[in-house]
Amino acid sequence: MADLKYKTPLLDELEKGEWPSFVKELKRAAAKKPMADGLLGQLEKSYRDKQTYWKHGGLVGVQGYGAGIIGRYTALADQFPEVTAFHTVRINQPAGWFYSSKALRQLCDIWDKHGSGMLNLHGSTGDFVLLGTTSEELEDTFTEYSAAGWDLGGSSSDMRTPSCCNGMARCEFACFDTMALCQDLTMTYQDELHRPAFPYKFKIKIAGCPNDCVASIARSDLSIMGTWKDDIQVDQAEMAAYAKAGKDIQGEVVGMCPTACMSWDGKAMKINNKQCNRCMHCINVLPKALRAGKVRGATILVGGKAPILEGAQLGSVVVPFMPMKAPFSEIKELIQKLWDVWGENGNNRERIGEFMLRVGVGNFMESIELAPDPQMVLHPRENPYIFYEEYFEEE
Amino acid sequence: MAAPAKRQTDIGPPHYEQFLHPVIKKNYGTWKYHESIKPGVIVHVAEGGDKIFTIRAASPRLVSTDFVRDLANLADKYCEGYLRFTSRNNAEFMTAEQKNIDPLIADLAKLGIPVGGMNNSISNIVHTQGWVHCHTPATDASGLVKVVMDEMIDYFKHEKLPAKLRIAVACCLNMCGAVHCSDISLLGIHRRPPKVNDARVTDLCEIPTTVSACPTAAIRPAVKDGKQTVTVDDSRCMYCGNCYTSCPAMPLANPINDGVAIWVGGKVSNARSMPAFTKLAIPYLPNNPPRWPEVTDAVKHLVEVYAKNAVKHERFGEWANRIGWPRFFELTGLEFTKYHIDDYKLAQKTLRSTAQIKF
Ligand code: HEM
Ligand code: HEM
Ligand code: SF4
Ligand code: SF4
Ligand code: SF4
Ligand code: SF4
Repeated sequence: MADLKYKTPLLDELEKGEWPSFVKELKRAAAKKPMADGLLGQLEKSYRDKQTYWKHGGLVGVQGYGAGIIGRYTALADQFPEVTAFHTVRINQPAGWFYSSKALRQLCDIWDKHGSGMLNLHGSTGDFVLLGTTSEELEDTFTEYSAAGWDLGGSSSDMRTPSCCNGMARCEFACFDTMALCQDLTMTYQDELHRPAFPYKFKIKIAGCPNDCVASIARSDLSIMGTWKDDIQVDQAEMAAYAKAGKDIQGEVVGMCPTACMSWDGKAMKINNKQCNRCMHCINVLPKALRAGKVRGATILVGGKAPILEGAQLGSVVVPFMPMKAPFSEIKELIQKLWDVWGENGNNRERIGEFMLRVGVGNFMESIELAPDPQMVLHPRENPYIFYEEYFEEE
Repeated sequence: MAAPAKRQTDIGPPHYEQFLHPVIKKNYGTWKYHESIKPGVIVHVAEGGDKIFTIRAASPRLVSTDFVRDLANLADKYCEGYLRFTSRNNAEFMTAEQKNIDPLIADLAKLGIPVGGMNNSISNIVHTQGWVHCHTPATDASGLVKVVMDEMIDYFKHEKLPAKLRIAVACCLNMCGAVHCSDISLLGIHRRPPKVNDARVTDLCEIPTTVSACPTAAIRPAVKDGKQTVTVDDSRCMYCGNCYTSCPAMPLANPINDGVAIWVGGKVSNARSMPAFTKLAIPYLPNNPPRWPEVTDAVKHLVEVYAKNAVKHERFGEWANRIGWPRFFELTGLEFTKYHIDDYKLAQKTLRSTAQIKF
């Protein structure tokens, strides 16, 4: 390995141990790229001083786009001139994070030419995240990616890059085609993705079933989660096979069903489907014998977010069941209404989940033209401070 | 390089179809069931009988282009040139040939990449940028992930927990890694308000924007030595760093006070119990880079107590709810402090308004 400019005794400790080391990766990049070497130097100093030395980025970007690049500058340009500017480029990942080796090599070759040679696979929003390039390189970098068929992802107050689980590509639990929907929404809303015009960020995540492998309920403003309406399909022969193989069906499945709607007499599995809340547990444990029903679609939840500003929220149900088939018109209509209402009335830096609570979820539902539905709440309100809108006037 | 005359815009990502392994493409939407082959290896079987084997490999997420090329080479050797990544930043190799599994795992081992993270294991840690690349972190993210996964490596490589256990790291309250719903969350925390550099506020900051950036209205405009600046009401500040985003003259980093809080019992899946937020277990541990021994000890301890006491399929929070949180503190030996009692909005929801108590 080439001699590196900065000594990193503290970081070197992180090359030990069995988990793959990001320090080793930084050194591999640093052998070719002075920027990565500078990053190592500054990071070592952070490890010594227990603090960051990055400044908040100013506005940087490429022509025609208002998003996709995040500015980043070091506070220690005199000590680490290599990372004076060290911007992030977010490349929109393919749906489901599937790649060919050819595509990955192409992405890497362009990045080696223009940036630090370091990346995040992937960012938590989903993008293919390139870490570290200068303002001067941005246009050329993007021109080359664009010519190769890649585009930028979201950042700032726009629709962030949608992401989805691998769904029907490789999961029998998928209740609709998550990747097709993800691709469709990404293409439909290119303008909203690339040109920030919202009060704040808007994340869309798509999971094929209530296992929610992409954490959509926690990590997105709009969570689209597969589900079914009719009865769980039971293959009694496979049930018998599980039992014969020694599976503890009573203990592991029936006894753990949260709605106590299953029974097993050693021969047949019976499910009271009216009681089932579609939690997935039994299907998870007995995938050969149990399958989601045939009437499939998605539950739509709105408002999930991390704590900043008004406290963490999980998404909450706005549409209990929506069919989810191309051309996906119903969900697009809903998205448009959400954006219209929030875009018009949301405060600056107010996530849609906070907006919903501020105006009152009942009012919010009214404004997006959804009728009140007991599925939207765990139970009716307990608090009697009701703002009545109907009353009688004296004659 | 000669740039193309006209750059394309708004072309979106390439269509995923071209990146699907032929067996996946052929059986798209017709998968029938899956079975575990061994830790880190799963097979999906299609209605028509086709099989695809998936091998899940670790990744530090922060990687060099050469790391990606290493993966690409293995995909060429064993997987007809296709691979994917998971929502938790693992790499997944898919092959239709069962005989490829062991040689692929051996080749990964030569690169120092372990295989695992499926079913009842600890998978890769979702995390954020930390000192590597962000301006508000109270700790590093990649470093914490590395030392915790080194410590927990057996739980990655083997499936010996009662259920899956998801760990997440976020380096400040913004929680770009959404740690608020994981089984165990490590959260970088600041404990002191920002220090206002009065001399620089006028140059670097727009005062109304800075004042309005604060979610708790702790910031007020002020005049000092005839210059416009701001003051912070320390008693209202909850150290979110939002002001620093608007105003670089209000740095929040504080090396002797910043550190890590540990939260437990969150989940996002709907299996059995509803999705749930994490709850505070340990309010503060010091930043002790490079290997954060206090943090790794705490995580190991929490995992071991859970593994010993939970029943099969029970996630961390389901276990703690079943036995009751008082018992959780008893079994773990953690101190219960006044910080564990919520005092922000909706705190009432978390109080015990019943005489139903386990002793
Ligand atoms: C004032 C609030 C926030 C600020 C200043 C902020 C700032 C940042 C910065 C600087 C980065 C790193 C970008 C880079 O250099 O590569 C980042 C990444 C990110 N942020 Fe935030 N953030 C904020 C709030 C949030 C919130 C509330 C969320 C989630 C709901 C979020 C989600 C993300 C995600 C997903 C990433 C990518 C992280 C990764 O995968 O490494 N951010 N944010
Ligand atoms: C056939 C494919 C898959 C099956 C059968 C499957 C099954 C499951 C099950 C059963 C759960 C919930 C378990 C529980 O809480 O009891 C789960 C959760 C999870 N899965 Fe998957 N999964 C599959 C694919 C994936 C993929 C491809 C990813 C990532 C890209 C993934 C990521 C996750 C994550 C992150 C969770 C945890 C959610 C949480 O934190 O609660 N899964 N999966
Ligand atoms: S969310 Fe459901 S459909 Fe999607 S990968 Fe996870 S288990 Fe499969
Ligand atoms: S999906 Fe959940 S609630 Fe429904 S039968 Fe299965 S275990 Fe019970
Ligand atoms: S969690 Fe905080 S410190 Fe970490 S990357 Fe996000 S904004 Fe930065
Ligand atoms: S850190 Fe957050 S709470 Fe404290 S003053 Fe700044 S914006 Fe307000």
